[in-house]
Amino acid sequence: MSPEPQRKLSSSAGVAPAAAPSYRPATCTPPGAWRGAGYGQPFGATERTDTWWLMPLAQALGLGLLGLYATWAAFQGAHYEFGNYLSPFYSPLLKPAWWPISPAFLILWIPAGFRGTCYYYRKAYYRAFFADPSACAVGEPRKGYRGEVGFPWAIQNLHRYFMYFASILLVFLWWDVIRAFIFTDPDGSHYLAIGGGTLAILASNALLTMYSLSCHSLRHLVGGKLDCFSCAVAGGPRHGAWSRLSALNAHHMGYAWWSLFAVCFADFYVRMCSMGVFHDPMFVTFRHLFDYAPKISHFLL
Amino acid sequence: MSAGAVAGAIAGATAGAAAAAAGARVKAEATTAKREAVLRVYRGDASGGQEVEYQVPVETGMVVLDAIHWIQAHQAPDLAVRWNCKAAKCGSCSAEVNGKPALMCKSRMERFAPGEPIVVRPMKTFPIIRDLVTDVSWNFEVNQRIPPFQPRAGAEWKWQQHDVDRAQEFRKCIECFLCQDVCHVLRSHELKHQFAGPRFLVRIAGLEMHPIDGVDRTPFLKDSAGIGFCNITKCCTEVCPEDIHITDNAIIPLKERVVDRFYDPVQMVWRAITGK
Ligand code: SF4
Ligand code: SF4
Ligand code: FES
Ligand code: FES
Repeated sequence: MSPEPQRKLSSSAGVAPAAAPSYRPATCTPPGAWRGAGYGQPFGATERTDTWWLMPLAQALGLGLLGLYATWAAFQGAHYEFGNYLSPFYSPLLKPAWWPISPAFLILWIPAGFRGTCYYYRKAYYRAFFADPSACAVGEPRKGYRGEVGFPWAIQNLHRYFMYFASILLVFLWWDVIRAFIFTDPDGSHYLAIGGGTLAILASNALLTMYSLSCHSLRHLVGGKLDCFSCAVAGGPRHGAWSRLSALNAHHMGYAWWSLFAVCFADFYVRMCSMGVFHDPMFVTFRHLFDYAPKISHFLL
Repeated sequence: MSAGAVAGAIAGATAGAAAAAAGARVKAEATTAKREAVLRVYRGDASGGQEVEYQVPVETGMVVLDAIHWIQAHQAPDLAVRWNCKAAKCGSCSAEVNGKPALMCKSRMERFAPGEPIVVRPMKTFPIIRDLVTDVSWNFEVNQRIPPFQPRAGAEWKWQQHDVDRAQEFRKCIECFLCQDVCHVLRSHELKHQFAGPRFLVRIAGLEMHPIDGVDRTPFLKDSAGIGFCNITKCCTEVCPEDIHITDNAIIPLKERVVDRFYDPVQMVWRAITGK
């Protein structure tokens, strides 16, 4: 029996170079030619027997309440600081003399834009607020629909730019976390400690970081855009990074909710301390750490 | 205790457990054998129709497709249903069970509470032919228009497993078209002339992310497949019987590629300067 001929492993011969495809509509059928019974069903019409309305309702309430709180807190322009704690809504704290309203608005457009164009939040608010659709296989309120094709929704395509800005913001927010560990005595000396606010600010930032790391756009830029990892420059590390971010990305929805809740809670905590409603408990104190390196605390504060 | 006594005790215990299990099984079978399910099946065609009620005896391990077959065998031999494998692999038996797009052969009867009516209707996104059978041939028209796989000139037909992991997820598709059925762009808004639908975005993702494919389908995605119509509300992912992460792993990565080409101002300027 003759050995099997060596299989040819190169495609260079016998295959014509990829011809430019002609871009026709995905289907040449005229509008409405394949209409099914689902077309034009009234809002809420469905044969579903489960509580399909519960999820959009809960999402609308959650997003609505947290969104309202954030807007209210941003408008206050006061009680955003308490000692070494700074509310994440106001970080980094910019107070130019010419700015007439709350300093939060100089910053908040970044997280608002980041979340507003986030692939997860898009799903949540298209369902909860636009009923587009409110739940799967349920009739919709509007006839006309253009998705994210035209203005204004095509702006969602700029999500990655908000991601870049939000990443810069994260650096400042981590600076705030470090500052939240460094307390000042009445005599002006510094000491390291963990208070209630330290934990609130740390948790909010840790969750914000996980939320940002699990972003779809980041996942794409890090490696998702490649067709062939092993053919690309630094393909191995990029595949490793992409795989890890993909694992985080699977929990993006969870990080989106927890980080939103935590950031609102951090602001609320600082606000309550500043207003004298909460007494900030001190859990651990390392009093003499800066005795040996006082310059560090001066540098940090 | 001697070794023989231990062995005897074990044997006794095993025999006792087996008898108890057999008893439980007989009891379970007796209770399920007595159980009857009420199925309301859509009967009709393009000119109209209505739900017809059938009483079907329930047996252990039964799926909705079995119940439909029982109705065909005992009560309505003219009931039209499309099926093939009864193993969730051929993608033929797609329908809507209690309003949710599902494979009938993957919908277990135990899932429904005793006495709960089970409503089985044809997919709502495609024109009905008869009873549970719809005309899904629009999908095949779309499929034909997708620029097929074509290797890059000179590409080596060798690749690493980690380069094709992503595409392999998309190859699991059984073309049941449940995702097409549930997608509101096709179902409620009837934009079949503008939007290819999730099944075909999955197929395009498999081609685009293939390590040696040389065709650029990004303009096709934007202008012909209409990827912008998808508002990533994830119903397709919810119903996919193959558990393909349609939105997260296929549609969103493709949307990002469209952004690279058509919406990212920095990349557009960079390409204009460098000519790449
Ligand atoms: S995520 Fe997009 S493709 Fe999937 S069902 Fe929703 S609109 Fe359709
Ligand atoms: S992607 Fe999933 S739901 Fe869609 S046709 Fe394929 S197997 Fe069916
Ligand atoms: S996709 Fe949600 S933050 Fe980028
Ligand atoms: S009969 Fe083949 S998938 Fe159900």
